[in-house]
Amino acid sequence: MSAASGVLSQPVSERSMGRTVSIYAKEAKYEFLKLLRLPIYSLSTILFPLMFYVLFGLLLNRGHEQNGVMVAAYLIATYGTFGVMGASLFGFGVGLAGERGLGWLEVKRASPMPPSAYFAAKTVVCMAFSLIIVLALLTLGFVFGGVHLALKQTLELIGTLVLGSGTFCAMGMAIGYFAGPTSAPAIVNLLYLPLSFASGLWIPIDMLPRLLQRVAPFLPPYHLGQLALGVVGVPTTGSALGHWQALVGFALISLGIARIGFQRDEGKSFG
Amino acid sequence: MIVSMDEVLQRPTKTTAGPVVAQLKGVSKNYGYVRALRNVTLDVHAGEVVSVLGPNGAGKTTAVKLLLGLAGANAGTVNVFGADPRNPKNRLRTGAMLQVARVPETLRVKEHVDLFSSYYPKPLPLVETLAAAGLKEIADRKFGELSGGQKQRVLFALAVCGDPDLIFLDEPTVGLDVEARRVLWDEIRKLVSRGKTVLLTTHYLQEADALADRVVVINNGEIIAEGTPAEIKSRTAGKQIRCVSSLPVVEVCSISGVREVRADREGILISTAVPDAVLRELFLRDERLSGVEVISAGLEEAFLALTQDNSKSEVA
Repeated sequence: MSAASGVLSQPVSERSMGRTVSIYAKEAKYEFLKLLRLPIYSLSTILFPLMFYVLFGLLLNRGHEQNGVMVAAYLIATYGTFGVMGASLFGFGVGLAGERGLGWLEVKRASPMPPSAYFAAKTVVCMAFSLIIVLALLTLGFVFGGVHLALKQTLELIGTLVLGSGTFCAMGMAIGYFAGPTSAPAIVNLLYLPLSFASGLWIPIDMLPRLLQRVAPFLPPYHLGQLALGVVGVPTTGSALGHWQALVGFALISLGIARIGFQRDEGKSFG
Repeated sequence: MIVSMDEVLQRPTKTTAGPVVAQLKGVSKNYGYVRALRNVTLDVHAGEVVSVLGPNGAGKTTAVKLLLGLAGANAGTVNVFGADPRNPKNRLRTGAMLQVARVPETLRVKEHVDLFSSYYPKPLPLVETLAAAGLKEIADRKFGELSGGQKQRVLFALAVCGDPDLIFLDEPTVGLDVEARRVLWDEIRKLVSRGKTVLLTTHYLQEADALADRVVVINNGEIIAEGTPAEIKSRTAGKQIRCVSSLPVVEVCSISGVREVRADREGILISTAVPDAVLRELFLRDERLSGVEVISAGLEEAFLALTQDNSKSEVA
């Protein structure tokens, strides 16, 4: 019997670099297609920030200024933060919770897929949707809002927001490991909307009640919002380094929580 | 229990067992206070089809999850191709079809297969996998648009696309109609004819009988019987006596050697290992005994006898 020859020992065939890259690329490609074809995700995460921007940035506050910067530019930073947060929390958190809770992640885990490919794909795809949102906001601002940003500023804003979405991917991962498939969307909404408000993404932070202003530094989107506002020229509190440190800190805490869930799933905590 | 004769004849008879490719050795697994598996030892040999048979909640899926490295055992060792399956690198030679509540619905059939194929070092060509699982015509359909049987075939394709040597099928035909089930059975037989090793769990007795070289009966987390389908049947010495008797069921139950008595409108059905002795006693006690018929019990009866805790039960 041919199958019987040499079955006892597993030939440790290390994957070649090229094949590993190909797995990561395919994983990301299909993760992107999967979400793109899911209108509840792709339409709502992209259209909501754009709608808000058109309404408050282009129609209602036309020509107004906020903190010495055109409202249309100010709101690219804040709705951009709002947008990348939604794309990441829903894309990673709700996606993972659903796939985990309804058995699909288990099917993938039973395959030889490197687990990091799964998480890398989700991160890259959330960042891709973040990029789409930021580019769309910038286009609207440039074309209809009369916003002028230097090329360096523009690239810095894109880079800040896309990179900053990583923190929300990590938060999404933690939520995905501890929320059920049906509760995850509710939990994400319960975090997303109040966090956005309290971080000054809808109403400028200095117009919020003093209590909320004190709470804001404990909220991740506040820090990304401040970084993005700093790029478009709004005077912000705290240093850029401090905000980045806060974002990395929140990401690490989230990853720590997610790790507990990951190990519980892998059954390694049983030894 | 009806098994058509050609199915029985088609089953390849394997005289020599290949080397052990997957093994549970003294494995126990608890979920909290629930003991899912208790000291289970199971060897799967190269080239054989092992069917793990048991009612829902018996521990079948837990056994498969341990062998796939999806969970860790509380005691004992789990070994697949000589390595710990919990390391994804040790799963390059296994494929699995698991019970899943929801598969991403917006991806097309061929996209799902393409992605899973990429995980393996030497996958089957895409067209070959699609053909093998009967998915050629629906390769461009999104998963969410498929029927139940088609969905199961896609999951089957994901299990075999990497051309693995060992394939785990966890209740592969659950929820399928007779036609779809037959189609999947044929696919499984084709795998076997290509020398693959298959471990399949099922609570359909007919399925175990039709596909497996060896049946492992599991109940409450313990292996309670193991052997060829024929051996399982004979070990429980399943014979049934059908007759019309004027005796009360309770009295028939009390006859020594009677395992179970079922009464229906036409008469009673007695399960026993010693039909001759029981018949003698029946004729002695009941002058009006009629319509006597002795039947060899099928796997189903054997299975029921094995999994029932109390040896004598009365079912009205």
